[in-house]
This record gives sequence, C-alpha cells and structure tokens, in this order.
Amino acid sequence: MKRALLAGLGLATGLAVTTASADEIKVGMLLPYSGVYAALGSEIETGFNIAMETFGGDTDATFTVVSEDTEVKPPVALGKAKKLILQDKVDVMVGIVSSGVLGAVRDMVDGAGVPLVVANAGNDEATGAACSPYITRMSFSNQQVNRPMGGWMKEQGINKVFTLAPDYAAGRQMIDAFTASFTAAGGEVVGQEFTPFQKTQDFGPYLAQAKASGADAVYVFYAGGEAISFVKQYDSFGLKADMPLYGSGFLTSPLYVNAEGPAAEGVITALHYVPTIDSPENAAFVAAFKAKTDRMPSEFAVQGYDAARALIEATKAGATDRASLANALRQVSFDGPRGATSIDPATNNIVQPIYVYQTVAGEGGLTQKVLATLPAERDPANGCDMAPVAN
Amino acid sequence: MDLGFWTLQALNALQLSMLLFLLSIGLTVIFGLMHFVNLAHGSLYALGAYFGASLAATGGYWTGFFLAPVAVMAVGLVLYTLLIRRMRKSGPMAQVLVTFGLIFALLDLTRIVWGDLGLPMNAPEILSGRVAFLGVEYPAYRLFVVALGLGVFAALAYVLSRTQIGAMIRAGVDNDAMAACLGINVERLFFIVFCVGCALAGLAGTVAAPLLSVTPDMGLHILIPTLIVIVVGGLGSLKGAIAGSLIYGFVQTFGAVLAPQLASMLIYGFLAAVLVIKPAGLFPAKG
Repeated sequence: MKRALLAGLGLATGLAVTTASADEIKVGMLLPYSGVYAALGSEIETGFNIAMETFGGDTDATFTVVSEDTEVKPPVALGKAKKLILQDKVDVMVGIVSSGVLGAVRDMVDGAGVPLVVANAGNDEATGAACSPYITRMSFSNQQVNRPMGGWMKEQGINKVFTLAPDYAAGRQMIDAFTASFTAAGGEVVGQEFTPFQKTQDFGPYLAQAKASGADAVYVFYAGGEAISFVKQYDSFGLKADMPLYGSGFLTSPLYVNAEGPAAEGVITALHYVPTIDSPENAAFVAAFKAKTDRMPSEFAVQGYDAARALIEATKAGATDRASLANALRQVSFDGPRGATSIDPATNNIVQPIYVYQTVAGEGGLTQKVLATLPAERDPANGCDMAPVAN
Repeated sequence: MDLGFWTLQALNALQLSMLLFLLSIGLTVIFGLMHFVNLAHGSLYALGAYFGASLAATGGYWTGFFLAPVAVMAVGLVLYTLLIRRMRKSGPMAQVLVTFGLIFALLDLTRIVWGDLGLPMNAPEILSGRVAFLGVEYPAYRLFVVALGLGVFAALAYVLSRTQIGAMIRAGVDNDAMAACLGINVERLFFIVFCVGCALAGLAGTVAAPLLSVTPDMGLHILIPTLIVIVVGGLGSLKGAIAGSLIYGFVQTFGAVLAPQLASMLIYGFLAAVLVIKPAGLFPAKG
C-alpha cells in the first residue's frame, strides 16, 4: 500500500513536471519602440529574432515572446515591467536600452526574482553597487568599452588628450574610465568638457577650445544624433589633420556612420563589436542580418542576438523557471560574433574582448577596419556583493 | 586663447544665431499677426531637413536647398486648410494642445516614412572647405549660413518697412480688427505669412542638415531654443527675432567657453531675468 502510494506520488510529481514542462519559456521583451532610442530597440529585436531562428533548435525549450514598449521613460517602463511580471507571468525579461530605465526597474526585478537579461544599458552600477543575482548583462559596461583605450592610445605615442562628452551619467562614466587608464599609462588629459546633454546643437565652441588646448588628440563619447552632429562638425573645422579624433566606438557605430558620411573617415574608436570581425561566428551572424535588413549589423543587434543566445544556452543547461534561469544565465559562456563571450558570476557583467577600429572608405561605403583586439578583462567588483552561483 | 580664438567663437555664435533666426522669424510673425502659437514649427523644420536630405540624395545639394522650403510650404498649406483655419478662434489653450499633438504626429510620420536612422546630407562641394576670414580658418558652409541669415533678415526688413504688404502686415500685427476695418483682408494676409513662415522653417531645416544630424527628434530639440528666442526678443517683431537670436547664440557660445558648468542654464537664467524686467520681451511688436 505504502509502496503504491509512493509510486502514485512519484507519478504525480512526474506528471506535474512534464505539464509545467521544462519547456515553455515565456520571455518579456522590454524595449523602446518609440522615442529617441526606437532605432536601438528595433535593432536589438532583430538580433534577438535571428538568434532564436538560428539556435532555437538546439534546445528542447520553446520560447514565446511578449513585447512591451518602454518609450524610454522610466515610470512607463516600470509599469510595463510590473505587467510582464504579474499579469503575463513571464519567466525571464530581455531588453532595456536606457540606463535610467534599468535603474527604475532594478528593485522590482530583484524583489520579484525574475531574471533580466540586459541588452544595452551600460551604467557601471548595474553590475557594481546595484548588482543583483537576477540581472545579467549581455551588452557592455561603460567603463569596459573605454578603459582599454587609455593604455592603447598611450602605446601609439599619444601623450596629451582633450576629452569631450555629453553631461550625463554615461558620458561621465565613459570619459572617467578612459581618463583613469590614460593617466595611469602616463598620458596627460589637458582639457575636459562636458556638453549639455541633448541641448547642444553647435559643438563649435568646444571644438575651438580643443584646438586651442594643444592636445595631440581628442577623445570623445557621443551617441545617436549628437554623434552625427559632432563628427560632421569636427571634420568641417578641419581638425582631423592635426588632431585625430578618437573615442568610444558608439561615435561611429554602423547605425550612424552612413549619416556621418565622409566626415567619419579616419576616426579611431573602440567597441565590443564591429561587423568586420573576422570569425565564422560573426560571418554567419552578418549574413543572417544582411539577409533580413540589407545592411550591416550594429553592436546593438549583436547584443540582442547574444541575449537570445544566452537564454538558449541557459535552457540547454537545464533551466526551466525563474530561479533556475537566473542561476544558469550567470554561468553562460559561448563563442559568439564578438569572440569568446562569458558572464562574470561575481558581477553578472559580460566579459568580452574590445576591438579598436578605424572607420575607412570601403567598396560599398564606409566600413570598419579592426586595428587591434584588446583582451577581455573583468570589470572590478565596484561594491557588488552577491550570493555565489548555486550548482 | 588669442584673438583668433575669440574671433572663431564670435563666428560660431553668429552662425548659431542665424540658424535660430531663420526658424524663429516665421514663428514670431505668425504669432504676432494672428496670436496663434504654432508649436509644430519645430516639426516643420525637421521636415525641411528630411525633404532636403532626400532631394539632395537624388539631385544634389541645391535641389534640396531650393525645393525643400517649397515642399514644407505645401505641408504648411495642408495643415492650414485642415486644422489651423478652424483653430483660429478657439483660444490659445486649444491651439497649444493641437499643435503640441501635431509635433508627435509629425514625428511619428517622419519615422514611418524615413525610418529611425539618421539621413546623410553633405554641404555642396563649393562650400565644403574652409576659408581664411578675419585671420582665422572658418568652415565655408558656416559662413554661408551666416550670410544667408543676414540676407533673409535684410529682405524681410525691406519688405516689412518699405512695401505695401509690409505695411499691411504691420497694421495687422498692431491691431487686426482696425486693419480689417480699413479693408485689409487679414485672413488672407495671415495665410500668406503662414506659408512664408513655413517655408523659412523648411529653409532652416535644409540649411541645418549638413551641419547637424537629420534625425526624427531634431524638431523637438530645436523647439525650446526657438521659443526662448521669441520670448526674449519679444513676440511678433523682426527686430525681436534677430535680437533674441543673437542673444541666444552669444550667450550659449560664450557661456560654453567662459562658464562651461553653467552652459546649459545660463540662457534660462537670462530668460527669467528678461521676463522679470521686461515681461513682453526686449522688442515687442506692440509698444
């Protein structure tokens, strides 16, 4: 009797497991489909879908996606995150372009214990003091992209640099990381300006200051419309000849470089991905992306692609629900378009190589020439203190 | 920081001023004449840039330069017939709401038609280099913007003060009811001024395109500076628009050089001071 009961129980739990089955993962996609970052949202989503089509067959799990528009507004995004967690009962969330939005949903995600795969937002705190075992970042951190450039530029014989960036958290984190490593390598920052964020139409005043500073080179971070304006104006003042332009690679992202035109030629920047990386993984990704959109993928597309890939890898490792997904995502590692990509379980930030590239004229317009591949480095913990990965 | 540096900055300030002047003059005269607040003026500027970039991609820069203002004027015509004529008598609150809504409608329309990514537009070959001017090397295209702004200013000053239609416009701004009594068709006058204002916004957009970035949100970013210009300068007057533009350009540029930490708020401080001391602006159309 007792035996039969046990057997029955075993059968019942066995049944329960198969019905809750392993294998239906509900993904909540939190991206901006409107507002200033709409282009980034659609780029990430395209990358995500390509990875699902390419690698979806490798796992037994099936994925259903519920998409919500964050509108790049933190309160809106928080409401949408709540809806995904409580009403749609998603197993995992993917997305978040703006660091402000990430800051707004962080406590909600952490409290509810729903894993979140960050597909862009790069603020250092998210994998530093405000880290969470439920938040895994598959994109980049602001310091990660800029830190290696300090040493590299000094090696190229550049001793004096003038820096420029928009005056907001990301701008400051990017420039601070560069400044720290550049001065540590023995370089000197001779001037530094932070321009009013999204209020600066004319960079002329700052360019004249850079010119008067006597620097060997200028190092900047700008993105989106500001990047386009900046690169064009830098060129129109004829500064490129005497004072080459360097920066964080978002400046000449494949997404904007077409709008910058010939003004972007010769600019040298560093980023975690460029579409001209020479590897079979990247060639496959670029081909799939081009087939869909007829243009080259950007770093944002690869972030979406790798976020989906991370989900697939996590389910391959046996993750089925919120807790096991969160745990498995922290241990993800694979060879992707960016090279060897893994998550550092101490901070949940991605570990990846950084590519120094120059924008050059190619056959079909501007293209990226990789000058150096700087080895992957873990970010310092920066006050992140998390429970270790459970096995 | 020698003399050349300051000359360069003065030219930068002048260039920014002239760009804002092209944009604010249309807005301020429309407001002065008809007491109509068209917040969607910035969207027309963005449309000008998009039309300019698209036309320039097929027919070269000058095609865009000459045809984009006409295309924007056509859009203005549609807006006038469908919306603005009906809104004329409905009070400022309703007008502000409708034109504010128009900003977002037009923004999404540009996104649907042209996509989210920026468009390229380069200065024409002849203006793409730099010229020696007052002892500094200055981008030729920026000098062209300054010259264009001054040219438009001179033309408008002439039309407004020396021609019959200018006199009618001034009469309309001063007292539209009295002007109507004197046999001036104020409604038609408004229509003409509205079209010219739209064309100037389009012109500002095409001229700005090689200098700035052609992105869907460009109209939003330029709206606040334009409103500051017309509030500081005084509503409805040409003199106010040019004075406001120059003040904005110089405060912004020299603020960025001399007090970079204050750069983003300096102009707002100035705006507040003007509103306290002269609530109607520096050169209002009505004494």
